[in-house]
Amino acid sequence: MELANEQLVHMFEQMTRIREFDERAARLMEQARIHGSVHLYCGEEAVGVGVCEALQPDDYITSTHRGHGHLIAKGGDPKRMFAELFAKSNGYNGGKGGSMHIAALDLGMIGANGIVAAGAPIALGVSFASAYREDGRVTVCFFGDGATNEGAFHEAVNMASVLKAPIVFVCENNLYGEWSPIAGTTSVSDIADRATGYGIPGVIVDGMDIMAVHEAASEAIARARRGEGPTLLECKTYRFYDHVGRDFGMLDRDEEEVASWRARDPILLWRKELAERGVLSAAEADAITGRIGQEMEDAIEFAAGSPDPVPEDLYRDVYTETGAAR
Amino acid sequence: MSEKNMTVAVAEALDQEMDRDPDVFVAGEDVRVGGPFGTDAGLHQKYGDKRVVNTAISELALTGIGVGAAAVGLRPVIEIMIMDFVCVAMDQIVNQMAKMKYMLGGQPTLPIVLTTHAGIDSSSAAQHSGTLEAWFCHVPGLKVVMPSNAYDAKGLLIASIRDDNPVIFISNKRCLQTSTEVPDVPYEVPLGVADVKREGDDVTIVATGRMVIDALEAAEQLAAEGVSAEVIDPRTLSPLDTDTIIRSVQKTNRAVVAQEAVQFCGLGAEIAATISDQAFDFLDAPVKRVGAPFTPVPFAPVLEDIYLPDTKAILAAVREVIPA
Ligand SMILES: Cc1ncc(C[n+]2csc(CCOP(=O)(O)OP(=O)(O)O)c2C)c(N)n1
Ligand SMILES: [Mg+2]
Repeated sequence: MELANEQLVHMFEQMTRIREFDERAARLMEQARIHGSVHLYCGEEAVGVGVCEALQPDDYITSTHRGHGHLIAKGGDPKRMFAELFAKSNGYNGGKGGSMHIAALDLGMIGANGIVAAGAPIALGVSFASAYREDGRVTVCFFGDGATNEGAFHEAVNMASVLKAPIVFVCENNLYGEWSPIAGTTSVSDIADRATGYGIPGVIVDGMDIMAVHEAASEAIARARRGEGPTLLECKTYRFYDHVGRDFGMLDRDEEEVASWRARDPILLWRKELAERGVLSAAEADAITGRIGQEMEDAIEFAAGSPDPVPEDLYRDVYTETGAAR
Repeated sequence: MSEKNMTVAVAEALDQEMDRDPDVFVAGEDVRVGGPFGTDAGLHQKYGDKRVVNTAISELALTGIGVGAAAVGLRPVIEIMIMDFVCVAMDQIVNQMAKMKYMLGGQPTLPIVLTTHAGIDSSSAAQHSGTLEAWFCHVPGLKVVMPSNAYDAKGLLIASIRDDNPVIFISNKRCLQTSTEVPDVPYEVPLGVADVKREGDDVTIVATGRMVIDALEAAEQLAAEGVSAEVIDPRTLSPLDTDTIIRSVQKTNRAVVAQEAVQFCGLGAEIAATISDQAFDFLDAPVKRVGAPFTPVPFAPVLEDIYLPDTKAILAAVREVIPA
């Protein structure tokens, strides 16, 4: 599929937006300016952006604890995202969710999730609703390699297959769950192999190559939209930093392994590709990165200066008070 | 209006709400054939696979169907066959369904009903006899409903489906076959409103689920002895209608709280504490609780019989608060 140059550049911008956002989120956490902890998406940007660029604006996604990248890729506003990390009342969740629960239902982003694999049953339900209403929407469920060892994942994939639900299961295989390498926890090294057990296609793609991700995702999304059911799309990728923040002090990874993946930084690869294609020069790319960096600084300033929740907010939104909808 | 049992009343409520609102659907294990208790009887014939979703034996996934579908605007009724099986679905119920609205700053509306069947019934033993309502009453974001008769079951279920919040709707297995007059037309019994099942002056018996039937029987026997017992059925356990309970205790000055669940840390403890807190000056005796012993539910009929809180246990408790 031929993409317009504009979209190719947009993909670069979106990946850069995620990187610039998360680098700053990490710094803010280290400075204790924001609350709670952040799970950084740095290194995995090609997955979120490659997939979301293949979606329509009214399609849905569910996310994970590592959710900033997914929300930005789905059109999230960094101002409201930083506001949430600063626990401000104008954050996406009104300051009551934080990084691990960040969500924007109006963008079709049903939520990050603090419970590993819990997004899978929810995504199943969202896609069920699309089939029920015949609204033509597709749901993408993002999850990590570790999540595929949870029962919730298996229940959801099986049921989605049986229902031929319009859903794509996208595994971000970054080779670790927290500090445990996949080999010690997981019966297969290719998560895509697990698709066989559920009678759906399992596809492996280079998760550092945004075009490869985009193409594979487009195919899986089209298949789901045609009513042919789910695909398990495994993206081989890598977490550039620690499980939480940049350095939690517990990470024990082979330096060569880290270096070899860093050499395949998805943003640098794409930048190079765009230059070779004559779509974006190095100077233009630098200008974009600079502009987005400034956008993030402005967003942080906006967030830091935003109002805190008021005490009454503690009791708000436990229940929907509208009563019966008739 | 005609006499119907609770099973029929539940099926009728589901049918009438599905008929009224195309966004309402039912999903669960074996719902296609009417469910193991018959509470989904006739639905599949009328509404087909699309709206009567016969799921895999996957309680997490099936509860997730409810959470996800509700988050984007449908009104799911999710059925967990037996209450003990909620353990398998607990993350979707407690961490997702209950917390999602709050955690997301109010973004989603989650009109989900989770129906389930609870209670001790003919040697179902330790994994099929649970009465676990207190677990869910402890979770902000959930409403918990437990009817004791067919009339209330139909009206409460319709109100639960129309409510914009997650509702755990618990049918006691031994109540399912009991009958009352049930109007043929749809009607609501409002959530959060207790019902005075029998008026009396000498003692208040607050009973839930099947214990309401036992409490009414106890009240009948007490009347023959010249003791006038008031029986209150909260019907909705969360939010709890404490006003009705307190008003009654202010009148009778004595209270017994009866539940089928294990007594320790049960809803009865919450009700007893509320009475002590809000009506202490009116009490002429300590509040007495009736509930199951602190063991899993036994299989042997002779043991189950001892285990099961019943009319006798309620009478014994009443006699403790009303000295002869
Ligand atoms: C049910 C549950 N168990 C454990 C955790 C703690 N935890 C948070 S993230 C994580 C690792 C998840 O690994 P993976 O799915 O591969 O995602 P990644 O962090 O690599 O993106 C763990 C164990 C949790 N949040 N939820
Ligand atoms: Mg991982």
